[in-house]
Amino acid sequence: MREMKAVFQREFQGYFVTPLAYVFIVVFLFSTGIFTFYVGGFFELGRAELQAFFVFHPWLYLFLIPAIAMRLWAEERKTGTLELLLTLPIPIWAAVVGKYLAAWAFAGMALALTFPIWLTVNVLGNPDNGVIVASYVGSLLMAGGYLAIGSAISATTSNQVVAFVVSVVVCFLFMVSGLPLVLDFFSGWAPQFLIDTIASLSFLTHFDAVRKGVIDMRDLVFFAALISFWLFVNIVLVDARRAG
Amino acid sequence: MSNSMIEIAGLVKKFDTITAVAGISFSVKKGEVLGFLGPNGAGKSTTMKMIAGYLLPTAGSITLCGYDVLRNPIAAQSQTGYLPEGAPAYGDMTPRQFLNFIAQVRGYDGKRRQSAISSAVARTQLEQVLDQPIETLSKGFKRRVGFAQAILHDPPVLIMDEPTDGLDPNQKFAVRRLISNMAEDKAIIISTHILEEVDAVCTRAIIIDRGKIVADGTPQDLAARSRYHNSVTVHIGPDHAAAARAKLKKVEGVKEVHEKPLSQGVMSFTLFPRDGKRLINKVTELLGGEHWDVSSLIAEGGRLDEVFRDCTTSDAKPAAIDRSAGKQASKKARAK
Repeated sequence: MREMKAVFQREFQGYFVTPLAYVFIVVFLFSTGIFTFYVGGFFELGRAELQAFFVFHPWLYLFLIPAIAMRLWAEERKTGTLELLLTLPIPIWAAVVGKYLAAWAFAGMALALTFPIWLTVNVLGNPDNGVIVASYVGSLLMAGGYLAIGSAISATTSNQVVAFVVSVVVCFLFMVSGLPLVLDFFSGWAPQFLIDTIASLSFLTHFDAVRKGVIDMRDLVFFAALISFWLFVNIVLVDARRAG
Repeated sequence: MSNSMIEIAGLVKKFDTITAVAGISFSVKKGEVLGFLGPNGAGKSTTMKMIAGYLLPTAGSITLCGYDVLRNPIAAQSQTGYLPEGAPAYGDMTPRQFLNFIAQVRGYDGKRRQSAISSAVARTQLEQVLDQPIETLSKGFKRRVGFAQAILHDPPVLIMDEPTDGLDPNQKFAVRRLISNMAEDKAIIISTHILEEVDAVCTRAIIIDRGKIVADGTPQDLAARSRYHNSVTVHIGPDHAAAARAKLKKVEGVKEVHEKPLSQGVMSFTLFPRDGKRLINKVTELLGGEHWDVSSLIAEGGRLDEVFRDCTTSDAKPAAIDRSAGKQASKKARAK
């Protein structure tokens, strides 16, 4: 735990010593604003709710979360600090989880900074704050899912651009796996249970459920399982570096 | 229990088809400073990476202070300080933040952390750059940050891959003195290709070539394998060179004499002994009886660089052969 905390703190502070954190936060807040008010038509809807805000999160995260995750391991490999990190008395799982949690905390912080929109909607009307809290929880969990994928992929390369592009593609597949775009490819030849399984991996499906204010155990388990699986892959990938 | 703090047995590392380390065994006792020598690509860094627990060996075992690096890596690593090649560090951190992170990982809290950091900083003379980002520091300072990181917890085992690479002569001297001062209660391995360093700090040297140990002994033992061992070099003025040439050849125990003209007609004679016997006594006897103009008299213990060249194969050699073979082949092809 002590080692994990040390890794977490170092990584979290690492976001703020470069312009990355500030650029990310500004871009994130700007784009949520633009999507909510211009694309989502927040005012035109005339309803006291934040659906117009949350509905775009899966798409924003698709590009913004891999941008946070890409440096996690690729940078360590590039600069040689991976050798330092792995020869310190830190269990690999602690390094992986510590780094991941730091990135997640950073994403959570950016998400928390969208609070003015929540204040706005409360000033303008009487929204169901329970639904809004559920949506925030769902959004945070989804960010965690994207991050776990991005972190594992970052461990496969020393090139951050490669890590970013591959992460976007993999995250995209996970996001849309419930849509006809992906399912049409399988339907007709794959057995129904496989199609159902693929459809059930979709971020959109699970996030939509939570976004509507229903925190179902199945959705929580989905995100928890997804994050655990990709962190496990991450650990295996980092460990595989040591075999040479 | 033996007092060996580093025990390495049958260490092998293969990368796909390449064998980087082909069965290395040795042990290092407390108080020993082992110099790890070898040409580039001989397997020095690969061996050190395995000892530090970064790379997994294909076969063999490594034990540090009684802890098996493979079975109990965390315990072994907590007894070890490691300076990787090139001294990598988080460039966006300052040395203070970086050392604080290392101390935190190694379980130092509160006052103990502060005293561990300030002691490492004092020993590596980092005070003036403590709050500058590491990426803005000079090579010498970066190296010292890596060094401070490795000795922060006063580890009983210290592994350093080219610790003085890129340092100026004053910094090299400081680092060597630091290593010598710490040597008493530690087992230290340093890799280097600077042979003078071996004489300066090592109590023992191992030369490896193509993944195998080709020589193991004290620096003096290794130097004694050189043909310069117990040889004598005399510089004699132009007036007496001819007379000296005749008489030096006849000194008892001399196998052969090499001559080299120096500036202003001064001749340098190097006398090689037969069977490695010491020549200096006989030569001084002769010189005492003559009234030659002797400007310099050097008795040698041996030359480590020569021994190094003799027992290692430069990686340039096979490549050169291949290239010439290739050229011939292409000439033939063109002739046709």
